[in-house]
Amino acid sequence: MKFGTEIVVLSLFAFAALVAAGFGVEGPFRQHMGVLFFAVAGFTAILLRNTDFKPAAPIDTSAYMDGPIRYGAIATVFWGVVGMLVGVVIALQLAYPDLNIQPWFNFGRLRPLHTSGVVFAFGGNALLCTSLYVVQRTCRARLFGGKLAWFVFWGYQLFIVMAATGYLLGITEAREYAEPEWYVDLWLTIVWVAYLILFLGTILKRKEPHIYVANWFYLSFIVTIAMLHVVNNLSMPASFLGSKSYSAFSGVQDALTQWWYGHNAVGFFLTAGFLGMMYYFVPKQANRPVYSYRLSIVHFWAIIFLYIWAGPHHLHYTALPDWAQTLGMAFSIMLWMPSWGGMINGLMTLSGAWDKLRTDPIIRMMVMAVAFYGMSTFEGPIMSIRTVNSLSHYTDWTIGHVHSGALGWVGMISFGAIYYMVPKLWNRERLYSLRLVTWHFWLATLGIVVYAAVMWVSGIMQGLMWREYDEQGFLVYSFAETVAAMHPFYVMRAIGGAMYLTGALLMAWNVTMTILGHQREEQPMPGSEPALRPAE
Amino acid sequence: MSYNLMREFADSWGLFAMALFFVGCIAFALRPGGKIQADQAAQIPLKDD
Repeated sequence: MKFGTEIVVLSLFAFAALVAAGFGVEGPFRQHMGVLFFAVAGFTAILLRNTDFKPAAPIDTSAYMDGPIRYGAIATVFWGVVGMLVGVVIALQLAYPDLNIQPWFNFGRLRPLHTSGVVFAFGGNALLCTSLYVVQRTCRARLFGGKLAWFVFWGYQLFIVMAATGYLLGITEAREYAEPEWYVDLWLTIVWVAYLILFLGTILKRKEPHIYVANWFYLSFIVTIAMLHVVNNLSMPASFLGSKSYSAFSGVQDALTQWWYGHNAVGFFLTAGFLGMMYYFVPKQANRPVYSYRLSIVHFWAIIFLYIWAGPHHLHYTALPDWAQTLGMAFSIMLWMPSWGGMINGLMTLSGAWDKLRTDPIIRMMVMAVAFYGMSTFEGPIMSIRTVNSLSHYTDWTIGHVHSGALGWVGMISFGAIYYMVPKLWNRERLYSLRLVTWHFWLATLGIVVYAAVMWVSGIMQGLMWREYDEQGFLVYSFAETVAAMHPFYVMRAIGGAMYLTGALLMAWNVTMTILGHQREEQPMPGSEPALRPAE
Repeated sequence: MSYNLMREFADSWGLFAMALFFVGCIAFALRPGGKIQADQAAQIPLKDD
């Protein structure tokens, strides 16, 4: 490969980072630019060592472009393990505060590292690589734009590295799930627009006349995240050589903008994008078409029209006007219908092939994902009701709810997609081991059950303790007493999380061995081959 | 354009247009004869790799 232009551009970029590291107005910004310099300069050095001067081999433009998808699959597994590991660490920090290591590794800095690590690094890479995999195969067209896919992949990794190191240095906008500061936000905007062009360009040059519904979901995810990201991060930097910026909005408008962003990040990043995954990989793995294609279209439009209004339920009993709170609550409850319609559609795709649940652990994983999609979209609307929210909000119940959706739905459907894609991407006959997938399935499922159940008990206890008055109108418990009461649950939660992480480590091992071309000799799954009968 | 004007437009004609578009999408998906085309579309991922 020739990397002439890339090397020149990246060298200039690295030089600019070095200048910013020298002239930055505050310490954290200078350190952050130092990180950027080493990241970009290191990448340039790798390109320099791998470039050659022979004429490039002709590219077969009729074949699918799977290089960035292979990298994306590896990045998904890698960031998944990192993000989940940080999750277990912060769970232990809550149980044992001595584990807070100041200043870089305290809970306040590691928590956004965990959330961004699992949502944007693991989930984002899963969406990126599966969307590029699905769009090529359902449009029967090679990715648009030549090297654009490589720019999107590496640009997104740079965003992840800059966001993660920024949190550890204490740089944050303090907006939940949108913590990166203005210059990292600008970089993500460039990468995201390139991603949109890449995806839309591929759809436009499709050979299949109809755009398959999975692509609708992926496209809505890309477009909506672009809109949310730009609006929520409208801000003015205090200095162009400093990390601090101030939001364009103030007061309750700022809060509403943030939760319009925050909830739709759940709706369009963690839901619509992964539904695109479901509508391709479940039919593929089951080798059956989706149960009802028309239901999937109704599912799509209902999600699009309802989700965008649900954000205000994060601001019950705040300065937000009552009508807006009620609007958010009403739309959240209405979301029950499309969510369950989609869940039924996913599950019923297996009708007539339910025996595959016994023989195929990958299908089992996908079905468990869809079941958790149903469960967490049932729980969410309940929690959005104002009176329920008065008990649940700010407690661990919310954390449990988020994790049943994130570990159960987002995690499991991504694992299923990775297990499906990896043997195909590297032309392997099968995975290294299906038995390991079974182990992963049970560790993950039991880990989520432990996690969610413990957080229900802990969260409801916490909420009830906070609101308990004695007959004279005094609060019965001090805040510190509620924290002490939660210690055993925090320990159990860390155990649930560690089980889930162990499952992810098994996946990393399995995927690595598959890529290296090994096959484990093992008993076939029971029922996958017809049982031998004695001749009579 | 003032906030009040936008707000009034949003909860009248804006709301009406969005609701109408939504109902139109659903009606189009469920139109008579749409099933054949939908069943063909559902086969797209299964055709080849």
